[in-house]
Amino acid sequence: MAVIFDFAVQGAQMLLVLLLAPLLTGFTRKVKARLLLRRGPAVIQPYRDLVRLMRKEVVLAENASWLFRVSPYLIFAATWVAASLVPTFRTGLLFSWSADLIAIVALLGSARFFLALAGLDVGTSFGGIGSSREVMIASLAEPAMIMIIFTLALIAGSTQLSTMAGFLVSPEVGLRVSLGLALLALIMVAIAENARIPVDNPATHLELTMVHEAMVLEYSGRHLALIELSASLKLLLYVSLISCLFVPWGLVPPGAPNGLLVIGLLAYIAKLAIGGLLLALFETSIAKMRVFRVPEFLGAALMLGLLATLLRFVSRSM
Amino acid sequence: MVLVALGGTAALMATAALALTFAQAARARHLVYGVCLATSLVLLAIGLIALLGIHANPSVTTLPLGIPWLGAHFRLDALSAFFLVVVNLGGAAASLFALGYGRHEHAPRRVLPFYPAFLAGMNIVVLADDAFTFLVSWEFMSLSSWALVMAHHRIADNVRAGYLYLIMASFGTITLLLTFGLLAGPDGGYAFDDIRAAHPSTTLAASVLILALIGAGSKAGLVPLHVWLPLAHPAAPSHVSALMSGVMTKVAVYGLVRIVFDLIGTPAWWWSMVVLALGGVTAVMGVLYALMQHDLKRLLAYHTVENIGIIFIGLGLALAFKAYGMAWAAALALTAGLLHVFNHSVFKSLLFFGAGAVLTSTGERDMEHLGGLIHRMPQTAFVFLVGCAAISALPPLNGFVSEWLTFQAILLSPQLPSWGLKLLVPAVGALLALSATLAAACFVKAFGVTFLGRVRTSAAENAHETDRFSLAAMFFLAALCLVAGILPGAFIDALAPVAQGLVGDRMPVQSNVDWLSIVPIAESRSSYNGLLVFVFMVLSGVLAAWAIHRLASDKLRRAPPWDCGYPEASPATQYTASSFAQPIRRVFGSVVFRAREHVEMPSPGDTRPARFTVELHDLVWDTLYAPIAGGIGFAADKLNHLQFLTIRQFLSLVFAALVLLLLVLAIWP
Repeated sequence: MAVIFDFAVQGAQMLLVLLLAPLLTGFTRKVKARLLLRRGPAVIQPYRDLVRLMRKEVVLAENASWLFRVSPYLIFAATWVAASLVPTFRTGLLFSWSADLIAIVALLGSARFFLALAGLDVGTSFGGIGSSREVMIASLAEPAMIMIIFTLALIAGSTQLSTMAGFLVSPEVGLRVSLGLALLALIMVAIAENARIPVDNPATHLELTMVHEAMVLEYSGRHLALIELSASLKLLLYVSLISCLFVPWGLVPPGAPNGLLVIGLLAYIAKLAIGGLLLALFETSIAKMRVFRVPEFLGAALMLGLLATLLRFVSRSM
Repeated sequence: MVLVALGGTAALMATAALALTFAQAARARHLVYGVCLATSLVLLAIGLIALLGIHANPSVTTLPLGIPWLGAHFRLDALSAFFLVVVNLGGAAASLFALGYGRHEHAPRRVLPFYPAFLAGMNIVVLADDAFTFLVSWEFMSLSSWALVMAHHRIADNVRAGYLYLIMASFGTITLLLTFGLLAGPDGGYAFDDIRAAHPSTTLAASVLILALIGAGSKAGLVPLHVWLPLAHPAAPSHVSALMSGVMTKVAVYGLVRIVFDLIGTPAWWWSMVVLALGGVTAVMGVLYALMQHDLKRLLAYHTVENIGIIFIGLGLALAFKAYGMAWAAALALTAGLLHVFNHSVFKSLLFFGAGAVLTSTGERDMEHLGGLIHRMPQTAFVFLVGCAAISALPPLNGFVSEWLTFQAILLSPQLPSWGLKLLVPAVGALLALSATLAAACFVKAFGVTFLGRVRTSAAENAHETDRFSLAAMFFLAALCLVAGILPGAFIDALAPVAQGLVGDRMPVQSNVDWLSIVPIAESRSSYNGLLVFVFMVLSGVLAAWAIHRLASDKLRRAPPWDCGYPEASPATQYTASSFAQPIRRVFGSVVFRAREHVEMPSPGDTRPARFTVELHDLVWDTLYAPIAGGIGFAADKLNHLQFLTIRQFLSLVFAALVLLLLVLAIWP
């Protein structure tokens, strides 16, 4: 019985992230529009877009290969699995031990690998520019992420997200310099990974500095829908990750009474809303930077992560 | 056991000798590669039996060969058995590949005799149990691979590569000779058992470590001793390139592990600093070099340098833990390094086979002349993609497992008491993370420019799928990448006797863990389950595909590319290998390679074409090798006068030398 319940909770989490992801994107867009004194599309507009894209036929470039058609499914699968492994409202889910934080980041790396290949498949210059810039950004963002993981793992003594969240919520953690540095670095990485301003602009389409949108330019119909959904899932994943590591209050530990799950769920939705709000605020208050300023931005994140790790190596209390 | 293994090696040698006489015969290729395949499989089986079956009692034998009072000692213990598996797995795959690939060889007499000899040499190195046998077989391995590098000796680049390889190989052997000389001591206890029994002083052990690092590191491709590797490995025929990159570099790792972990005894803590720093620098430099290449085989060869760096990081951590008596942590780090040895031998062989298939099908190694091969060589493209994903450390394939274990080992290192290590290890961790992501960038480039996009030249236009032997070899290795990725526990358990023998502890037994996960330390600390990740990915991908095709649309229409409304007809407008790497070159290259971009723009009205050139400097070559080469050239010029002396002057020179030597002897205490 308990196993069936655990299965149900795990399944619920998988569905939950899938269902909430477009909502978070829509909410962020709406807040941004209101901050710019526009009315903006409805919060549920991303769902409408997805449904419409799913129903449309795919217009495929003549020389696109099988890899181009398979990639959206691979990207979606890797991102969805990664997003379902991050604790949202409850820790210690049935399969939470199947991949730790390093593996989750690597899963996102797999998704990016295939996205970058798909950008090169049709052989257009837009796809190439997107792919080459995406891997440049990733080559700095991912090491920074690994450094952040090192810091948190050294504090919590684990790379398992459930254990980490459980430790970080305990009173013995307190305020630490390394945690602050890691949080700052993680926010910078999350912005870069999700192609948000100031690194990339998710709203533009015809600008030479674009990265993500250039890679997916040749996609249409259901393929594009899957890629858009994966992008939303990735945004949700990073917001969940930041909230589970740095705002772990409200996460229901395993073995707690089931009634608490409702509270956990509400807390999670509140955290997502706050995350989306902050993201929109940040994006409207800053200008996009030139693409060759991005390495400096991410290099700073990498150095912050390295500094935080170094602090953990030399001192137990920092 | 060891006698059977030696019998197999003798069969390889006999094949080599026979091949000298009949290499020109019509079916010589089938015979040589067939025998090599069969022998490698037998030796592989022996290695597996020895690795999985025996634990405490290694199989030893002494043959009356070599130095009369010493004989040739051979020994098959867990470490030898593991490397026997690596060597012969690569050997078997390469022989299978060559059954098909060899038909394109236009000078079989320059390949067929040396190929079995090369395999035999590598096998004897890992079986040797005394310094003399080790060095002779090491040199034999170097020379036979040199002959294979020179197989296509009419190409000027290959001659240069062969020359450099010969110099570096002899240099490496000399340092190893000195290493064993120091280890054996004045009494000449050259058998490894005598060396193990002697306990060298700390200064002696330190010099041995440095010499062994230079000797084995130059063969493995450790920066800054890597310069020959990216020239020599691609110059050989592709199945030999695979063996050199995938397997021979691992034999070099074996040499280092044997000397440092087994023969010297307890390490000092600072040894690990040297190994770690070299490993970190090698990993990042190797992948940055690889990113700048547009020759597919050279890119792969440079990438071997990166993976050697990753292996050395694992070994360095193991040394650090061993020095401080943390045997369980040392076992984790050593297992991570050795697992990467195995993984790299699998996917690097696979990738070189793929490059060989592309080379025979198009006649091109330059990626910028290829493109679109996924349509013409779909099966090669698929397996090459698997290899690219595996080497980029993407889950659920095998490359990720060994890097993940290395990260776990790094996370244990704050417990080390030394301050030097506390400062160095995080930096090495950052370098490792950096090299892993740059590797992914590198292989997006390698696969994307070669196999995707539009066809760039007629050579790529006329490409066709490769033969079935080559495909069988590649599919076998690709399957192994997946199996080792989703069932890593079995591979970790197989390495347990090796770790037990070298650091005195082993990783926890993985076969008892539920759901076939791997748990390096404790479940609350870290665990990874490649099988479940794979199953989840397959399920969610299939579910998405089913749901969309069932509930939404499955219509599809082919149309010209969109490209924002301005599709350009010429395939030259695509991204090339160089342009793909341009952002990364700007970020890292301006420091590491002193990269400069020059744009030469003619004034308006001028009809000359605009030119764009990139200038890259290999700082290792410029600062280390060029001065040495210049110095040797200068000295040789000056000494040239000695050729033209009269007989009287020669005799007086001999006399002076004699007096000098006698004086030295007289003054020497």
